[in-house]
Amino acid sequence: MAAEAAGTRMTQNQIAQTQIHNIGYRTYDGPRLGRAYARRSLFSQSLRGAYGLGRSAKSKVLPMLLFAVMCLPAAIMVAVAVATKANDLPVDYTRNAILMQAVIGLFIAAQAPQTVSRDLRFRTVPLYFSRPIERVDYVLAKFAAMASALFILTAAPLVVLYVGALLAKLDFADQTKGFAQGLVSVALLSLLFAGIGLVVSALTPRRGFGVAAVIAVLTISYGAVSAVQGVAFDQQSTGSIQWFGLFSPITLIDGVQTAFLGATSAFPGREGPGAGAGTVYLLVVLALIAGSYAVLMRRYRKVGL
Amino acid sequence: MIATESLSKRFPRVTALDRLSLDIGPGVTGLVGANGAGKSTLIKILLGLSPATEGTAAVLGLDVATSGGAIRERVGYMPEHDCLPPDVSATEFVVHMARMSGLPVTAARERTADTLRHVGLYEERYRPIGGYSTGMKQRVKLAQALVHDPQLVLLDEPTNGLDPVGRDEMLGLIRRIHTDFGISVLVTSHLLGELERTCDHVVVIDGGKLLRSSSTSDFTQTTTTLAVEVTDSDAHPDGTEAVRGALLAAGITLHAGVEEGLPGAGHILLVEAAGERTYDVVRDTVAGLGLGLVRMEQRRHHIAEVFKTPAQAPEPVSERAAAWAATAAAQQNGGGSHGS
Repeated sequence: MAAEAAGTRMTQNQIAQTQIHNIGYRTYDGPRLGRAYARRSLFSQSLRGAYGLGRSAKSKVLPMLLFAVMCLPAAIMVAVAVATKANDLPVDYTRNAILMQAVIGLFIAAQAPQTVSRDLRFRTVPLYFSRPIERVDYVLAKFAAMASALFILTAAPLVVLYVGALLAKLDFADQTKGFAQGLVSVALLSLLFAGIGLVVSALTPRRGFGVAAVIAVLTISYGAVSAVQGVAFDQQSTGSIQWFGLFSPITLIDGVQTAFLGATSAFPGREGPGAGAGTVYLLVVLALIAGSYAVLMRRYRKVGL
Repeated sequence: MIATESLSKRFPRVTALDRLSLDIGPGVTGLVGANGAGKSTLIKILLGLSPATEGTAAVLGLDVATSGGAIRERVGYMPEHDCLPPDVSATEFVVHMARMSGLPVTAARERTADTLRHVGLYEERYRPIGGYSTGMKQRVKLAQALVHDPQLVLLDEPTNGLDPVGRDEMLGLIRRIHTDFGISVLVTSHLLGELERTCDHVVVIDGGKLLRSSSTSDFTQTTTTLAVEVTDSDAHPDGTEAVRGALLAAGITLHAGVEEGLPGAGHILLVEAAGERTYDVVRDTVAGLGLGLVRMEQRRHHIAEVFKTPAQAPEPVSERAAAWAATAAAQQNGGGSHGS
């Protein structure tokens, strides 16, 4: 009986504990970490968001799938190289991104609108600007997050290749140099593609339009450049091939890495630019990155509040 | 809390604010104006997001031109328009906004749970915002403005789109922000009536100019109108007329039926309330005639009524005054079209 009574009392206590008490309003006296902290938080939230982390299960599918598609060929090539005891990897570090450009294009087309269009479409942007954070913080955080997401996507297969190459006991100095050149190349590519993707998607609050527009900009420019280069190659006009490469993002990266990062050009007849033309390529790439930042800053001046 | 000194904001085509000088103390302050009167422009300047063309403004003692960031850390803002992404839950959204205000992650989570409870969101806070009613969305918008425990919140049309019950709940919540939370409030609306009951002080602006700034009791004394509806009885087949005659005999001022066109308008008497006494007189008159009192309630005023100067308001109501108020309303609407 006593035990039973104690049991009853326990239950009553538990019930009492589960009640929600109105404890009144509590003020906050803790730290306020200010702009830099808010910018970092926005960066990490956007970067995680680009891979669907912290979002619904549905939104994780595409980025994770594309990430797997990027890494799988690298893993297969490594496996082949180890198994056949090859003297070199089947693909150059600098070549991987060019080969996988369709996957990179899909990733930026899907994730850039997600990163910026939601805030524009649902008019959340004014809420950011009513806080210590400013326009420059918002644009920097979003730009850096998108570029980092792309860098993770493009650098991961290079890491797989590099680790595989070391496991296959290929020449260490040679592989490390190639790996480093590859990393510089994909870093430039990430900045360039992030800039173009964000500018295109920030111009439209509709996500669907953004996706279509990014794909269109990337594929149409590349298609047109390849076609013109092909014609020029058929016409034996080899000198002009290198200049046409200036008109599409992926051929720009191709040109820069051919000139400065020891890559073999994917242009027809491998007619990549030399150091002189390469400088022009590099300047155009840097101008495009700076230009996209400037356009984004302009764009957000209009939508604040 | 807020002080402005000949604050002007001119756009190439319109003047949104015209030498506006205000001094707003702690408490709940209503900012009333028609659409385009300059309310939103004023809020933008107070948040330090838009430079004033002329004049100065200070919020919490900080100059808006130089200390925008420090002001925005201590001020909350609830915009008039929708601003919520539909695919995240209220909790996730408010936590994110708390971090954007500089709160560390754990503090952001705690404050979010507290604040959502205070604005009246419980289990539904874990569901995506897309499925919320307008009233719940307004509460989320209010929560994100309060989550970092500001000293002052700027609420832009918080009752927009709410039904009468939702309106009353929101107004009650706004009152509590000051009385229970100790946070001062600047709330805008184009309805004077609803602010009267909530605010300590009301500022009326029109065309970017200060029209009137006074404590709420001043407004109440001159502008309260009671709507009275009574039943008919066998002794008085037209109860409304009987009460009208009795009230006029008792020296009570009646307004003309401004609400023509509304169903049942002919059966509603608009009584000028001169204080507590009027309520008693109406009650006693109706009871004395043996009629049933269907309702007696305060009318929500339209901003146009502010244009009635105290000298004109108590004047026995005539067709002329009603027409005058209507003209004022028309001017209001016309004035609203050139706003920002």
